[in-house]
Amino acid sequence: MKRRTFTSIVAGMSLAAGMFGTTAMAQDNMRIALVVKALGIGFFEAAAEGAEEAAGELGNVEIIYTGPTDTTAEGQIEVINSLIAQGVDAIAISANDPDALVPALKRAMDRGITVISWDSGVAEAGRQMHLNPSSTPLIGNTIIKLAADHMPDGGEVAILSASATATNQNAWIEAAKEVLPNYDGVDLVATVYGDDLSDKSYREAQGLMASYPNLKAIIAPTTVGILASCQAVTDAGKIGEINVTGLGLPSEMAGCVDSGATKSFAIWNPIDLGYSATMLAHAIANGAETGAGAEIPMGRMGSVTLDDTGSAAMADPFTYDSSNIEQFKSIF
Amino acid sequence: MKRILASRELLLLVAIGLVLGIISSRFPAFITLSNLAAVFNDTSPLILLAIGQMIVILTKCIDLSVAANLALTGMVVSLINISAPGLPIIVTLVVATGFGACLGMFNGILVWKLDIPPIVVTLGTMTIFRGTIFLLTEGKWVNSHEMSDTFKAFPRTELLGLPALSWFAIAAVILFTIVMTRTTLGRAFYAAGGNPHAAIYAGINVGRTQFWAFTISGALAGLTGYLWVSRFAVAYVDVAGGFELTVVAACVIGGVSIMGGIGSVPGALLGALFLGIIANALPVVNISPFWQMAISGGAIIIAVVLNAQANLTKGRIILKRAEHAT
Repeated sequence: MKRRTFTSIVAGMSLAAGMFGTTAMAQDNMRIALVVKALGIGFFEAAAEGAEEAAGELGNVEIIYTGPTDTTAEGQIEVINSLIAQGVDAIAISANDPDALVPALKRAMDRGITVISWDSGVAEAGRQMHLNPSSTPLIGNTIIKLAADHMPDGGEVAILSASATATNQNAWIEAAKEVLPNYDGVDLVATVYGDDLSDKSYREAQGLMASYPNLKAIIAPTTVGILASCQAVTDAGKIGEINVTGLGLPSEMAGCVDSGATKSFAIWNPIDLGYSATMLAHAIANGAETGAGAEIPMGRMGSVTLDDTGSAAMADPFTYDSSNIEQFKSIF
Repeated sequence: MKRILASRELLLLVAIGLVLGIISSRFPAFITLSNLAAVFNDTSPLILLAIGQMIVILTKCIDLSVAANLALTGMVVSLINISAPGLPIIVTLVVATGFGACLGMFNGILVWKLDIPPIVVTLGTMTIFRGTIFLLTEGKWVNSHEMSDTFKAFPRTELLGLPALSWFAIAAVILFTIVMTRTTLGRAFYAAGGNPHAAIYAGINVGRTQFWAFTISGALAGLTGYLWVSRFAVAYVDVAGGFELTVVAACVIGGVSIMGGIGSVPGALLGALFLGIIANALPVVNISPFWQMAISGGAIIIAVVLNAQANLTKGRIILKRAEHAT
């Protein structure tokens, strides 16, 4: 959270004021809808906090934080339709399905609504740009590195993912497999799916321990999975033998880091992500270019350059361990 | 009637044995005693909920709010644990069971006094309960480091080689086998669902019987709520999302007729174990995750076909001879 110092906020504000000085004169508030995969998930709550921070800097921006109650594309389509009816100015969405949402989002764009996706992307036809929290190759590399860092002699690792159809998890796992040859002795023995349910993930982790007695690390690139694996390893009395790592939230992982089941884990900063998505949606709604190679500013986070698919990466994932968990667990 | 049920349970036992045989051919360590005990422990929440659900289904109702009740009660006891970490576990257990029972009574009252179809009532309360968790927490999770150690350790406490969680399932099976076969309330559940009109003539208040069925289901869901959040050491809005359908599936596989009146505690137990064994085996036998749903679905369809067969022999005219005699 060093970046959230007073000076940088002031810098961001002055930048924003300089760029959007004309719109600040407008009478109506710009309404930006932050649509998430499902309400009630800590990660997205933190993103909403970042969006509010961006709105505060920009002024004249109202954030509508919304999403379905469960992680379905159908639920998000309903939400999008109601946002179109409300006539919001911009939609920034983290999608439950890359393709199913395209028709609804196209309809929104036809009505002049700015549509960007962030976190979990929408197919190109359904949005003006996509903001990745980090780049897929970088995350794939990070999750393997997290495991490799704590096993100097190499050994067996397994991946416990969300559902077998989850867009972003699958991309990270592919990227992880690509960098695997760079890590000598690290052997990926299995990839299993816990469907982001505590009980199923716990069972899959137990299954991994039973099937691979020499397992050294479980890599779970999902918050429910990493917690359930940590609990399964703790219950099996294998703390110290098996390191549970991957992607998780500091507030949720504090117990696992304290017990030693998890030596380190990574996550980007969801506050920064919500902040950046809001800044980008605001800039595009105000006429910023979105073609390949376009550079769009995002306040204190600097700027992003879009690639051929209209996507951009925000920043590197950040590693959390026993040295900084206390500081972050109260933030998100 | 008794014979059909007995053979149905035998059939399930054979099916379970067959499944275990197939699994052990691919992963022999699965049928070791310690692993089977672990599978039973993992299935215990499902067994507890399936018993409650069976009683509700017996009375021609259905309780779709069990998983939401579990999640809400789990969250409530977690929040209580945060504010009063020193509370004895027995108090937590009583609060969980009592709170769950109250939620069940709410369902029961709506079904009994307002005569709303149970599927509508529980579909509504399912959303209300999950919504209430959201209101209580604003979507925040209760994580392991916020729960007290005694709170988390209880379901894992071993007694005679089995964790407390398993003992709750065993106790519930014994208790409700006695209730269903040896008490007037237990027989009233069968009567209210088997033939509501005859039940009224026999002096049974069908609405009140349904109310008690929902209360029992709610109490078991509440108890399971505490056991669930303490076992997985996390409580959030989506805990046990979609689990109500697994519970109904366990009942149907266990020979409980969705039309009411037919079912038994051992049946529900075996139905739950069947699903539990499949859920625990698929991770170790290395089958695609998509097969799990297909296998559970196939088992449900086979069970429904068997139920329909069993129901064919149901109606009998028993007073024909008496009619002729007069």
